[in-house]
Amino acid sequence: MSAGVLFDAPGPRARVRNAILTAVSVVVLVAAVYFVYARFDAKGQWEGELWKPFLEGSTWTEYIIPGLLGTLKAAGISAVCALIFGAVFGLARLSDHRWVRGVAGAVVETFRAIPLLLLIFFLFFLAPSVFGSGDYTLIALVTGLTLYNGSVLAEIVRAGVRAVPIGQAEAAQAIGLRKSQMMRLVLLPQAVTAMMPAIVSQLVVLLKDTALGYIIAYVDLLNMGFKIIPAVYFGSLIPAAIVIGVIYVGLNMSLSALATWLEKRTRRSTRTAATPIAPPGFVGEPDSTGAGGVGAVA
Amino acid sequence: MRARRVWAALAVAATAASLSACGGGDESYSSIAEKLQKAQKVVVGTKWDQPGLGLKKGADPEGFDVDVAKYVVKELAGGKDVDITWKESASSNREAFLANGTVDIIFASYSITESRKEKVTFGGPYVVAHQDVMVRSDDSAVTKPTDLAGKRICQAAGSNSYKRITDPPPDGELDLDAQLVGAATYSECVSKLGGNNLDAVTTDDLILAGFAGQAPGKFKILGQPFTDEKYGVGLKKGDTKTCEAVNAAITKMYQDGTMQQLFTKWFGQAQGLKAPTGAPTFEPCA
Amino acid sequence: MDDLIKYAPDLLAGFLENVKLSLICAVLALVLGTILVSMRVAPTPVLRAAGSMYVNVVRNTPLTLVLAFSSLGLSDTMGLSFSETPRTNSFWLVVFGLSAYTATFVCEALRAGINTVPLGQAEAARAIGLTFFQSLRMIILPQAFRTVVAPLGSVIIAMIKNTTVAIAGGYLMESAFVMRDTFDDTGVSIPIFIGLVIAFMVVTLPVGFLTNRLASRLAVAR
Repeated sequence: MSAGVLFDAPGPRARVRNAILTAVSVVVLVAAVYFVYARFDAKGQWEGELWKPFLEGSTWTEYIIPGLLGTLKAAGISAVCALIFGAVFGLARLSDHRWVRGVAGAVVETFRAIPLLLLIFFLFFLAPSVFGSGDYTLIALVTGLTLYNGSVLAEIVRAGVRAVPIGQAEAAQAIGLRKSQMMRLVLLPQAVTAMMPAIVSQLVVLLKDTALGYIIAYVDLLNMGFKIIPAVYFGSLIPAAIVIGVIYVGLNMSLSALATWLEKRTRRSTRTAATPIAPPGFVGEPDSTGAGGVGAVA
Repeated sequence: MRARRVWAALAVAATAASLSACGGGDESYSSIAEKLQKAQKVVVGTKWDQPGLGLKKGADPEGFDVDVAKYVVKELAGGKDVDITWKESASSNREAFLANGTVDIIFASYSITESRKEKVTFGGPYVVAHQDVMVRSDDSAVTKPTDLAGKRICQAAGSNSYKRITDPPPDGELDLDAQLVGAATYSECVSKLGGNNLDAVTTDDLILAGFAGQAPGKFKILGQPFTDEKYGVGLKKGDTKTCEAVNAAITKMYQDGTMQQLFTKWFGQAQGLKAPTGAPTFEPCA
Repeated sequence: MDDLIKYAPDLLAGFLENVKLSLICAVLALVLGTILVSMRVAPTPVLRAAGSMYVNVVRNTPLTLVLAFSSLGLSDTMGLSFSETPRTNSFWLVVFGLSAYTATFVCEALRAGINTVPLGQAEAARAIGLTFFQSLRMIILPQAFRTVVAPLGSVIIAMIKNTTVAIAGGYLMESAFVMRDTFDDTGVSIPIFIGLVIAFMVVTLPVGFLTNRLASRLAVAR
């Protein structure tokens, strides 16, 4: 149901009312934007001097791009590891053996329940006392992101395999496939297609959460933009926050757009009998698998 | 089929990533001094976000710590030019970096303390900083540290400097009833100070001087130090050979006037700061 | 274990801050999220655009940055102040940032819930002459809320866990910061970590359990 059906084609009175509502909301919004602009202006935040660093190539090549690469590196490694973790534990939760299901379930539920920052802090302090010294900022960040997002992905994998209609599994058994063959040849290929949008949505969460690395001094986009650039160019804290905010939003929005596109494509797709499962934390469509209760947003 | 190929590609990528992550490895030397004499290359850890001491400006950092590092490293190499790789060493990972060889030697406003001495061998100190207080230059209400009672002071996450004001000994010093304003870094503290959102930032005077130098005339340092922070050269625990060589280099640095010259270069503009006249008493190399 | 006992009062005080943040933010995020979703389905294109822009921008910004911005931008630059006492002020700034961030997820969950209300319900509401706000208030939202109880539970659980990021907003009181501080003093302590994890589970597990039960009790049979 789209928003449009909530109201009729407006009649004369409704049109007047809508026009007034539009006018009022425009005024309120413009006032709000102007208020922010004026307050920033009063503190001199729009002065060219503060923004000049971001017009210089060296600011980008020396600070922002290396920071962005740090963010993408952490996100990339965590994404690969979390996908592997999610696949292994998601399938383990579907195992025929009760103890495998139990162990996998306990692991997944535990790591989903731990606040991610607490986990990262803990790993960061734990690693040196177990493995000896080293630069554990990246390792703690990647491990934390992997364990948490991998657990959420495990739930997505489980829901994805379950979203494949039961007839598919029955047909596979009927033609004499073994359990592993059934999973590999019939269920997973269809499930992966159905899971794709949810997986990409979770990767957006993962990418956003790399910013927690800032708190343990991992050199990422936030660290460069928030700690080092303002230290180099005095007073540029707010401009730097705005610039890197735009970069983060742009990155995540493109990934989100990819998820939406994938979901639309999956709905049209004839390659899977399963409907796309809902991204974690979101409500499923009525015909969905009820995977909506899965996971958490962060 | 296509899905399977995607998974295979991902698996290959993962393997490649983990392999490249674990790669590396160098021939080992018994001490950093030996590495410098034989290979003329070294990895130096400094701060990247501390104006005046170590600040990443372009590709490499610059500042007082950085210049001292260049001089000392060149001395250790017997006067030859050295290929220096700079690596950011934040307060939270300095000990770890030294112990596993991520960096060879650290010049990063690294105060020598008893607890750190258990994990790190310190050369120097090459300079002694003092905890001091910085306020806005138009603020006449705070003229001495004890005026901070009831004022808003900055608590930077991961730094204990504020305790010297708010807590009694042994953790603290002055035991004043000041209000703490949280911030993630000292740059944030200074930004809040400039915006009138707190009244004073208190930490090592050299750190404060670096920030003050960025905005001339905006801030003033009280110049009433109340602690000694001996900035040491961080070395891997047990590398006493390099430690002795570092101390010799620092002694020479004071004798030929380089240290005083560098001090003036980086902190000359700050009010209330006195350039050191002679080398501080070295800690025993252990 | 000794470490856990020794630091238990500090950790507990820190954890109570998390609970306090969670309670206040949960209420504010639900209210703000409902307002946002009303904007996103409103008959006024301007409101719809403003609502979706807000949601898309804030939802895609890392929480660390949202909180840092509410402290540095809203408070320090724009002069927004909740209290004369710095600690209270930064507490409310974190509340503000976390609620503003969580509200976007509440809004998206509700919007998905509205999408599950069958078309006929809205059409019937219009047919009996209800206005936009009446049909939203009496027909659509009550049904939407029922379908989204479980997902809203997930959003609230995520938000409770997110209270640990308060450090980024300059509020250095809650348990993650206290834990880090103790680790700085004593080195890593597994009992302290596990103790805190259990404390969080004691809060989050009932939320998940209750919302799931409520969801199945309230479920609209279709």
